[in-house]
Formats: sequence, structure tokens, C-alpha cells
Amino acid sequence: MESGVFHSSYQADMGLRPTPLMRIRLIVVLVAAVVFPFFANNYQLTLANQILIASIGAIGLNILTGFTGQISLGQGGFMAIGAYSSALLVINLGVPWWLSVLLACVITAIVGGFFGLPSLRLKGLYLAIATLAAQQIIEWGIIRSPLTGGVEALVVDPPLLFGINLSRDFNFYWLGLILLIGTVLFAVNLFRTKVGRAFIAIRDQDIAAEVMGVNVFRYKLLAFATSSFFVGLSGALLAQYRTIVSFDRFTIETSITYLAIIIIGGLGSVSGSIYGAIFMTLLPAVLTNIGSALENTIPQMAGLIPFVRKAVFGLTIILFLIFEPEGLAKIWRDIKDYFRLWPFSY
Amino acid sequence: MENFLQLTFTGLTNGAIFALVGLGFVLIYKASDVINFAQGDFLLVGAYIAYGFIVQVGLPWGIGVLLAMAAAVLLGIFVERLILRPLIGEPIISVIMVTIGLSSLLRAIVNGIWGTTGRAFPSFLPDTPVNIGGALIPMDRFIALLIVSVLLAGFMLFFRYSKEGIAMRATADDQQAALSMGISVKRIFAIAWSIAAVVAAIAGIIVANIVELNGAAVAGIGLRVFPVVILGGLDSIPGAILGGIIIGLLETYTAGYTPPELGLSAVIPFIVLILILMVKPYGLFGEVRIERV
Repeated sequence: MESGVFHSSYQADMGLRPTPLMRIRLIVVLVAAVVFPFFANNYQLTLANQILIASIGAIGLNILTGFTGQISLGQGGFMAIGAYSSALLVINLGVPWWLSVLLACVITAIVGGFFGLPSLRLKGLYLAIATLAAQQIIEWGIIRSPLTGGVEALVVDPPLLFGINLSRDFNFYWLGLILLIGTVLFAVNLFRTKVGRAFIAIRDQDIAAEVMGVNVFRYKLLAFATSSFFVGLSGALLAQYRTIVSFDRFTIETSITYLAIIIIGGLGSVSGSIYGAIFMTLLPAVLTNIGSALENTIPQMAGLIPFVRKAVFGLTIILFLIFEPEGLAKIWRDIKDYFRLWPFSY
Repeated sequence: MENFLQLTFTGLTNGAIFALVGLGFVLIYKASDVINFAQGDFLLVGAYIAYGFIVQVGLPWGIGVLLAMAAAVLLGIFVERLILRPLIGEPIISVIMVTIGLSSLLRAIVNGIWGTTGRAFPSFLPDTPVNIGGALIPMDRFIALLIVSVLLAGFMLFFRYSKEGIAMRATADDQQAALSMGISVKRIFAIAWSIAAVVAAIAGIIVANIVELNGAAVAGIGLRVFPVVILGGLDSIPGAILGGIIIGLLETYTAGYTPPELGLSAVIPFIVLILILMVKPYGLFGEVRIERV
């Protein structure tokens, strides 16, 4: 803990960022985020947008898995529902894109709540397997339904706001950033409310939570719905940003990637979700760049890169789980703790 | 009628393979409470190593298969010692994720070495069609069914009579008690993982023989093992066998009797999975765990 900080009102004491250093760090990060797009090239902006979308999805999953302790392997399916709802509402019903995004979130929340129903009876790995089945069934539904165009991709008109094309990298960045900030604010505040505390109580010991008067089933469903809302948001944003929706972006691999994001970032940590999203988006990009740099010296490299990426992905998960199960959020905390007393730490 | 017979035999052989994979899965779960998402990739590794020895090195197939099985034992011990043992006592999500990571790693290594395109496996099982009541069944499916039955029977005897088998059952029942009886639980874990890897390798070789050596097809079996073991009960070996056969038959019948454009056969095991979880989460033979505060 920081010493030498004196609060004279409850309001100051309850602040999300109670110490000056924390506020300075926040301002630095915000300024960097605002200045970044003016200096970045298109490639970097694309990566940044992927990070923004992944962060929203990861926070959604973390609400369910990290905070409520319900393991979900259905993330890809829920994102698909968000993306397809948003795209189909625009294409078939002519709904404005912003309304379609909002409706997609609500639809995903409802579907997520529905798939949360088995959590009444199942927990732990049984629930994980049930969500795995949900993922397979949703995937099948998308491929076989005449509505979604099956394996063909859906093409959406680019979203326009006052005549500005938001699917352009530079423009989308601002939309994504604002929505991510909104999501973060919601999530960090959620866990200061009764509902959020109930989620955490269920994760830590569900029977004890029940005894203390938490309606476990209701709050589990609520956790599924809340989580799916944001997962749907990230899916819908992906649809609007790419303007192309195809099922292969939402397979079981996606579910696994998102679980990896929150594990590597830090389970039960909102900021960890973002660190994880940054890490898991940049890692393959960096590997690809290294690969193409090596291509001239080692020509076989080009064909091997996808496998190297996959191997590194698996290895990263394994190594993090063995050596730092609390993820990047813990590493960052350790660094801060180290420098708090530096150079006079004992 | 011929069609029905044909489907039944195909379903039975598929089911037997599922049962074999499910057996390894249940073994690991029983012994160490680990859900192994990499079971499908063990199939892949086993099949490709056998392919490497037989086709690329040019060994006779018997020796190739034996070497592949030996490699699978090593892989099992290696995985248990290096990856799973540090995670003993960690929450369930860590254990699930570490096997998912392992699955990704193994598949990447296999695909990196042998590529992703399907390869023709040297079919050392004869595939001359046999006529049974008008249905033509390839011989290799019979042999596969036979091999699997012998293996499963062998494992039943192993658990019933051999010292290691009894020690494994004791460990599955109560680790503390097993430890105090002088059973090395670590050794039991290693044995469970190597047996699981070996049966997966055998299953992989059989699949490669009957169909072809194709990464996606072989590893897809890894996902379908979940309906199998949930249906039979996660900790029941007879359950895995029965579950495998039921799912295998169900899948083939669905493929045979529903319009193919629906693609229902790929998803039907998972629908069954959800239904079973809703109605009878511990499966047909699984031990019901009652939670107390």
C-alpha cells in the first residue's frame, strides 16, 4: 500500500484512483491513447483496433470467468451472435448501425442468459463442457442457417456517423476507445456494487454465498447476461469494423484465445483483460514480423510461421499457468511494489 | 436393410475408436482429476510418429507401430512430469487451460513437421470388403473392432487383477488413503498418462488406417470424446465404452438417415451432451458426487 496518503472524506477514500501516483499514471495512459493515432501508421492502427475490440470481449469474459468463476468455452459463439445480429439487422431490416450494435448486445445478453441456464445444476468442468457444446451448436447453426449465408461471408455497409466512415482505421479507433473506456468504467464499478460482490462471492464459495443470502442461480444468470452483453458488443464492433462477417472468426479457437487472454492478463482483473488483449494481439503480429524478416535468410520460414505462432501460443499459456498463474496483472503489481520502496527495499 | 447393417457396422467401429479415446480420457480423469483437452492431439502425435517410422524411415509396420507406442509412453510421462505436476492443486480453469495449451502446442509441432494436408497411411490392415447380409463392410473395420475389443478387455483385466491396476483404482478412489498404503501416487499419475497416450496412439493409427492421416479429422475426434465420456460418466471405464458405442452409432445413423445438407451428424453428439448434462450430469455410470458445506 501507498503510505502518506490521507483522505478526509469518504468520497475521496472510495475513489477508484485514490492516490496521486495512480491518477498521474491514468492521465499518462489516456494522453498516450489520445495522441497515438496521430503518429501511428495504418498497420499500427489496425492492431490497436483489434486490441480495443479484444479488450472489450476479454472484459466481458472476465466478468463471467474471472469474477464469477463460471468457465466459458462459448465465447466465440457469443461473439458470433453479436456480430451476426448486428450485421443482419443492418442488412435485412435497415436498422441504423449504432442501434444494431446496441440491439446485438441485448440479443447476445439474452442468448448468453439462456446458455447460462445449465449453470443451475452444473459447475466447474461440467459447465465448461456444456459451454463447449453450446459453441459447437451455435457454430453449426450459423453454418447451416439460410439466414446467415452459411459459410459465405456477410457484407455490411460501412457504418457512417455524420458522413464519416467509421470502419476506417483512424475513425474506428475513437469509437472503440470510447466504448472500451465505457466498458472499463462499468466493469470496475460493477465490482463495487451489491451485484458485483455477489458475483465474487459465488466464485469464492458458492455454498457460502447461498447461505449469506445471495440467490446463486439468479446472479449466475445475471453474470452470464452481463458478460454476454459485452461479448456481443465486441462481436458487433468486429462486424462493423471489418464490414465482413464470416463464421471462421468465431470458432472454438476464438473461445480458446479469449480464455488465454484473460489467463495471461489476469483472472478477475479488469486491467489484466486489457494487458492480456494487448499481449495476445501483439504476440502473433510480432512473430509474423520476425518471420518475414527472417524469410530472406531462411526461406523455409514462411511456411512455418503459422505453426510457430500456434506453438508459441500454446507454450505461452503453459508457461504462464506454471510460473505466473495470476498473469500480467500480477507481474505489473510486483513491478510497482518493487519500485515503491526502491532503492531502499529491504 | 443393407444400408442399416452398413451403418451399424460403421457406427460400431467408429464407436469403438471413440471408446478407446474415451478410455484414455477417463483414465486420466479418474487418476488425477484432470480433463485432458489434448487427447485428440495424442491421437495425432501417435499416428504421425507411426507414419514417420513406417513410411519415412521405412521400417516394417509392426516395429513402426511399437516404436510409436513407445514414443507415446514417453510423451505421456513427459507431459505429466513437466506440465501437469506443477499444477496439482490449482483451480480447475488452470488445469483445463494448460491441456488446451498443450493441445495447441502438440498440433503445431505435428503440423510444422508433417504439414496440414492429408497423407495416405500405409494400410497394413487388409480392406477387402466382406459381404454381410448384403452390406459390404471393409475388412479393416472388422479388424479394428477386434483390436479395440481385445484392448478394452485387456484393460478391464488390468484394472481387476494387476497390481498397478488395483493401485490406480485405489488412487482414483482416495489419494490420501492410497498414499498411506504405500502407493506412489506420482507414479500412478505417470502410468495413467502413458496409458492414455498409448491408447490414443493406437486409436490414431487405426483411424489413419481406416480413413486417412489428416490432422483435422483425427483431432476432431478429440472434441467428440466429450459427449462420449459425459454420456458414460466421466469416471467410469465401462461408461466410456458404452458411451463411445452409443455416440458412434448415433452419429452414423444420423448421417445415414437425415438429409446430408443439414450436417446434423456433426452436431448431434453435442446436442446429446447438453441433454445429458441437463438431465443426468454424472452420466450413465458416473459416480454421483454430493456436495456438503
